[in-house]
Amino acid sequence: MVELRGAVALLGNFPALAGIDLSIDATEIVLIQGPNGAGKTTLLQLCAGLLRPAGGDVVVLGHDLARERRAVRRQVALLGHSTCLYGDLTAAENITFWAKAAGLTGTDVHSRFASAAELMGLDQRLLARTVNVLSAGQRRRTSIAALAVRRPELWLLDEPHAGLDQAGRDAVDSIITDAVGAGATVLVSSHELDRVRSLSPRVVTIAAGMVVADSVHNSHTTRGSGEPGGAPNA
Amino acid sequence: MRELLIDARLIAIKDLRIEARSRVLLNQVAPFALLVLVLFGFALDADQRTLRSFAPGLFWVAVLLAALLAVQRSTSLERADDAQTGLRLSGMAPSSVFLGKAAAVFLQLAVLEVLLTIGIVVLYGSQVDDPVLLILTAATAAVAVAATGTLYGALASGLGARETLLPILLLPVLAPVLIGATRSFDDALGTAAVDGWAWLGLLAVFGLVATALGALAHGAMIEN
Repeated sequence: MVELRGAVALLGNFPALAGIDLSIDATEIVLIQGPNGAGKTTLLQLCAGLLRPAGGDVVVLGHDLARERRAVRRQVALLGHSTCLYGDLTAAENITFWAKAAGLTGTDVHSRFASAAELMGLDQRLLARTVNVLSAGQRRRTSIAALAVRRPELWLLDEPHAGLDQAGRDAVDSIITDAVGAGATVLVSSHELDRVRSLSPRVVTIAAGMVVADSVHNSHTTRGSGEPGGAPNA
Repeated sequence: MRELLIDARLIAIKDLRIEARSRVLLNQVAPFALLVLVLFGFALDADQRTLRSFAPGLFWVAVLLAALLAVQRSTSLERADDAQTGLRLSGMAPSSVFLGKAAAVFLQLAVLEVLLTIGIVVLYGSQVDDPVLLILTAATAAVAVAATGTLYGALASGLGARETLLPILLLPVLAPVLIGATRSFDDALGTAAVDGWAWLGLLAVFGLVATALGALAHGAMIEN
């Protein structure tokens, strides 16, 4: 599903990822943790096909990202620090636009829109408001709903619980478990370790652009960055 | 091809819906363009006969200055809250995004040109001798400006100091449009004895090249 071997990514001339080895199977939920500036966001952007690998091999959903970044993008949802919403459009118009931009048409848009909006707790009153007047948490919910309508094969979530109230956090957890139930894979970068660990036994720790630990938190068995692709320990 | 046009339509409708809701064109860009016409009148301190003879050039300078605002607005829609990243991740072809955004800018420029045409008739006393040439010139030049502006807007958005950089990059490139459209308008408004249709042909070539180049190069601009 996701294979990185000696992956290097540059931000300008700075190697934000300095040779990452990581293997993630389908339907896995993997927590990416590490200090600020460790390279977590860069790793997610690389897996989304936003960055071109500067070295090593990166294969996502069967596509080599050195050559086929665009083929990956339509099957990936990246929730970053920005919401990617248009302030002068309503929440409903934003969700519909991003659904159509991802190639959905007609009844697919309507049915998926309804389920995503319900899951994220977006009622009709809120959906009818322009994004400019929504709170930060409501924008975040709208942004997640806009990703959920696409039903991607790979979710890349950067601090998905940030700025959300309890109901919103629960909704994000539901989206993650539903996505995995439907066959998707989820990478979550978060500082809320306890919350994400309740969803995922596997924790990958990054520091200075390198994987320094790859463990299953129940037994805290470390796989180490030198063993990419090894089966998680129970 | 069909998918490309469907996606371009989606982008154009999105931009026009945002414009209809924010009214930046009607409340800010259009008054600015009309103000430029008025200020030219003050600066030249001329009677209507002199203004009439300069009207084509003044009209197109006003269009280009207003176009800078329209292009910057169009580009800023994608920069705000990083919507551009969303577009890249949507899997949409960059040429669709380019064509959609250029189409939205084109329609906004067309509205501006109508208002400015009324402006030069009312303020400068211009008379239209050849309305067909006038309309075709306005439409063709708007295509050229919208396509070039959208491409350079994407280029400038990836560079620092983008607000001040865009005019420096864009205006020199649009000099042939200014010259060709002014000469063509000279003929259409009867202010000079030139072959406006020949200049219209030059504008059409420029518009076609700019659109084709933009559709091909836009991907590289937003990726890099």
